[in-house]
Amino acid sequence: MSVLADSWQRAALALRLLALDPEGLRGAVIRMRSGPDRAAVTGALPLKTQRVHPNISDEQLYGGLDLSATLKSGHIIDNKGLFSKSGMVTLAMAERCGADLAAKLALQLDADPDFGLIALDEGAEPDEATPPALSERLAFCIEPIGRMPPDWPSVPAGTTSIAPRAVTVNSSDIEALTVLAARLGIDSLRAPQLALATARAHAALNNRLHLTEDDLEAAAALVYPHRATTVPEQQDSTQDTPPPDQPDDPGTDGQDQDLTLPDGDMMIEAIKALLPADLLAGLVPVGTTRAAGGGGAGKARKGNRRGRPLPSRPGRLHGQTRIDLVATLRAAAPWQPMRRAAAAQTALAIRPSDIRVKRYQDQSDRLLIFTVDASGSAAMSRLNEAKGAVELLLGQAYAARDHVALIAFRGTAAELLLPPTRSLVQTKRRLATLPGGGGTPLAAGLQQSALLASQSIARGMTPTVILLTDGRANVALDGTPDRAQAGNDAERLARMMRAQGTGALVIDMGARPTASLKALAGLLGAPYLALPRADAQRLTGAVSAALGAA
Amino acid sequence: MKTPFPFSAIVGQTAMKQAMILTAIDPGIGGVLVFGDRGTGKSTAVRALAALLPPIKAVESCPVNAERVEDCPDWAELGSKKIISRPTPVIDLPLGATEDRVVGALDIERALTRGEKAFEPGLLARANRGYLYIDEVNLLEDHIVDLLLDVAQSGENVVEREGLSIRHAARFVLVGSGNPEEGELRPQLLDRFGLSVEVRSPQDIAERVEVIRRRDAFETSFDSFMAHYSNEDSRIRAQILKARRALPKVTTPEDILHDCAALCIALGSDGLRGELTLLRAARALAAYQGKKALTRAHLREIAPSALSHRLRRDPLDEAGSGARVARTLAEVLG
Repeated sequence: MSVLADSWQRAALALRLLALDPEGLRGAVIRMRSGPDRAAVTGALPLKTQRVHPNISDEQLYGGLDLSATLKSGHIIDNKGLFSKSGMVTLAMAERCGADLAAKLALQLDADPDFGLIALDEGAEPDEATPPALSERLAFCIEPIGRMPPDWPSVPAGTTSIAPRAVTVNSSDIEALTVLAARLGIDSLRAPQLALATARAHAALNNRLHLTEDDLEAAAALVYPHRATTVPEQQDSTQDTPPPDQPDDPGTDGQDQDLTLPDGDMMIEAIKALLPADLLAGLVPVGTTRAAGGGGAGKARKGNRRGRPLPSRPGRLHGQTRIDLVATLRAAAPWQPMRRAAAAQTALAIRPSDIRVKRYQDQSDRLLIFTVDASGSAAMSRLNEAKGAVELLLGQAYAARDHVALIAFRGTAAELLLPPTRSLVQTKRRLATLPGGGGTPLAAGLQQSALLASQSIARGMTPTVILLTDGRANVALDGTPDRAQAGNDAERLARMMRAQGTGALVIDMGARPTASLKALAGLLGAPYLALPRADAQRLTGAVSAALGAA
Repeated sequence: MKTPFPFSAIVGQTAMKQAMILTAIDPGIGGVLVFGDRGTGKSTAVRALAALLPPIKAVESCPVNAERVEDCPDWAELGSKKIISRPTPVIDLPLGATEDRVVGALDIERALTRGEKAFEPGLLARANRGYLYIDEVNLLEDHIVDLLLDVAQSGENVVEREGLSIRHAARFVLVGSGNPEEGELRPQLLDRFGLSVEVRSPQDIAERVEVIRRRDAFETSFDSFMAHYSNEDSRIRAQILKARRALPKVTTPEDILHDCAALCIALGSDGLRGELTLLRAARALAAYQGKKALTRAHLREIAPSALSHRLRRDPLDEAGSGARVARTLAEVLG
C-alpha cells in the first residue's frame, strides 16, 4: 500500500498498467496543467498516440472526401479518418470537449476495443472537467499532487510474459470489487469492470497468474477514488445499517453478509485516504449546466447551421459547415480566364480558396419572469416600491426587446397574471392592479416560474426569473399553512430550477434582509439584492448590473 | 468491429429488453426511449439488439434497403439488383450531426468534380426498415429533433433544397437514450416515442456481481461465452419471428378496448396516441407470449412503459410518473 499512498507513485503505476493492457483499461484522464511535469507523465506512457483537439471535424474523425486535394487533382481523393486506424488517441484540452465530440468518442470506445483515449484535462475549476461520458469509460484519473519527484518514475518499467487476460479470477474477487464500488456510492457498473481489468493487469505486472489482495487493493485505489460519491461508514460499528447509497430495502437482509468482506474494511480505509477532499462539498450534481444569465438580449450564438444569415466567408468544408454555392461560384468567376489559360481546361475551375461557407447567427430572445410576492406581509412592507422597481425594469426590457411575464403568489397559490409578452402597457396595467394580502406560498410561486421557464426554453427563449419577496414562506405547496414544510418545498424547487439551468435574481423586499432568502438565492445560484438598502432607482441599476454580468 | 455483447446475457433490465423486443415484433409501436444513468447498459442493449434482430431481405445496391427493385427510389443509381439478406440496420445518429448528414444533401463531391447534380443519401435513408439510435437524445439540437419527428411520423423523407427534389421511404424505429440529469426532453418529443423505460443499475449486490462476472467472461473466455448465449439469442429471434406471424391473429375483446380508454382518461394523457400505443404494444406482447387474445394482464404489464411518459409532469412528484401509472392501474383495473 505504501506505493499507493503517494500520488506520483500511483500515477506511475497507472501508466504502467495502462501500457500493459490498453484494451482492457481503455485509457486515462490526466488532469494536470501543461508543463514539463505533464510532459514527463505523458512521456512515461510507452504507447504511440495520435493527438486530437476538441474542435476536430467529422471528416478528420470518420474520414471522407479531401475536398482541397480533390479539387486540386481533379479526381476524388479520400482521406482516412482517425477512427479507421485503431490505437490510442490523445485528446488535448479535454475539459473543453463538447457533448458532441464526447458522444462520438464514447461511441468509438464502445465499438472498437483497440481504441483508447488519453484525455489531457487542464481544468482549473472542479466543474471544468472531461465530459463524464468519457471519464466514465476510462479506468484512471491521474492527478499527481505537488512537484514531480526528481527520480520519477523510480521503478523501471518491468516486463512480464503474462497476459492480463490469462490471470484467473475468483468469484470472491469480483464480489469484493463490486461490493466496494457499491459502498463508495459508485452506481455505474463500468467501474467494477475496469477495476477488475486493473487488478488483472496488476497481477500480470507482478508475474502472478491469480489475483491477490494486493492486486485488488491497487485496482480499488486506482479506479475508485475519483468516482466515489459517498464516504463509506465504518462497517464494524454499524453492522446493521445499509451503506448510505443503498436504499432501505427490507428484502435485502442477506446482503449485509456480503457487504462485510474479511478485508473489505481495510481497503475502505485505504481508499478513504485517497478520496478527494471536496467530495462532500460537491453538492452540485455533475453534468448539470448552468445557463449564463444572459447579457443584453439573450444568448447570441454564432453558428453555421441556422438562424439569421450572416455574410458567407471563405472557409473549409467539413461536417459542420454548408457551402454557399452562389458565393463560391462568384468568388471563382473572375479567375476563370486565367485558370483556363493556365490549366488548359474548359470546365469551371474551382480552387479550394474559392469556397465560401454559410454562416448564421442565432439569437434567442430573453424572457424576464417577474415572480412577485403579493402576500399580506409583503404588502405591508414594500410592495409599492417593488412595483416601481419592476416598472423601471420593464422600461429597460422594452428597450432591449425582451419578453416579460408576470407571476404573483399570495394566499394559497401562484397565478400567471401575464403570459410571456412584449406588451409593456399590458404588464404595467396588470401590475398596478395587483392586489395584496394572504399567506406567502413561495414554493408555489417558484413552481409556476420554473414551469414557465422550462416552457420558454423549449420555445428557444432564455428565461431569467426575478423573484421579489420578503422570504417569509409560510404556505406549503399543497396549500397547508406549515412554515417548515413551506421552507422545504421552496428549497427543493430552488434546487430544481438551478438544475434546469434557469438564471435567477432574488430581490428581498422585507423590512430587513432575511437570512433564509439569502440562502435560497444561494441554492438558486442567483445574485441576492436587499431592497431596504436601495431605492427603486439604485435597485434597477443593481439588477441591470447583475443581469449584464451574469 | 467486435461482436456485440449478446442480448440474452444482459442481466436484469427486463423492461428495457421487453420494450425492444416488442418494437421488433411490431415496428408500428413507434420507438423506445431509454432513460437512465451512465453504466446501466443502455448502449450495450441497443448494440445487442442489432445482432439479435432477424435479417431483412433487400436489394443489394439500394441506398434505402428496399425489399423489391420496384420500391427503390428513382434517383438511386442501382448497381447490383440482387436480393440479398442483410442484418437489420441499426444506425447511430451522432450528436452534432448536421441536417445534411441526417436527411441527405446535394453530393458536393460530384457537383464540383464532375458537374453532376446527384443526391447523397443521409442517415435516414440508411435507417429505413431498421432502427435509428440516438444516444443522449436529450442533447440533440432542436431543429434535428423536429426533423426526425416529422419523418418518423410520415415515414417519408422529403428533401427540397439546393435544386434537389427528392423523396424516399424512411420508416424506422427510433431508439433514444439519455441521462435525464443532463437535460429534459420536450414533451412533444416524449409523446412520439411509443414506449419509455427507465433503467438504473441493479441495487442488488448479487445481480451487480453477476453483471461483472458475465462481462468478464465475455472478455476473457469469449468463445465458450458466445456459444452459451448465442443459443439463447437465436431462441429469442425465433420467438420474435413467430410473434410477427401471430400478431395479426391476436384478437382484442371489446372490454379491453374499454379498459385502454378508461386508463388513459384516468391518467389524463393528452391525445389518443396513448391508447393506440398501449393497444399495439399489448397485442405485440400477447403475440410474443403466444396468446390468442388480449387480456388485462397484458395491459397491466405494458401500461407503465406505454403511458408513463405521456402524463403531464408534476415537477415535485419525486416518485416519478411510473408510480402514478401503477396507482391508476390498480384503481382502474382493480
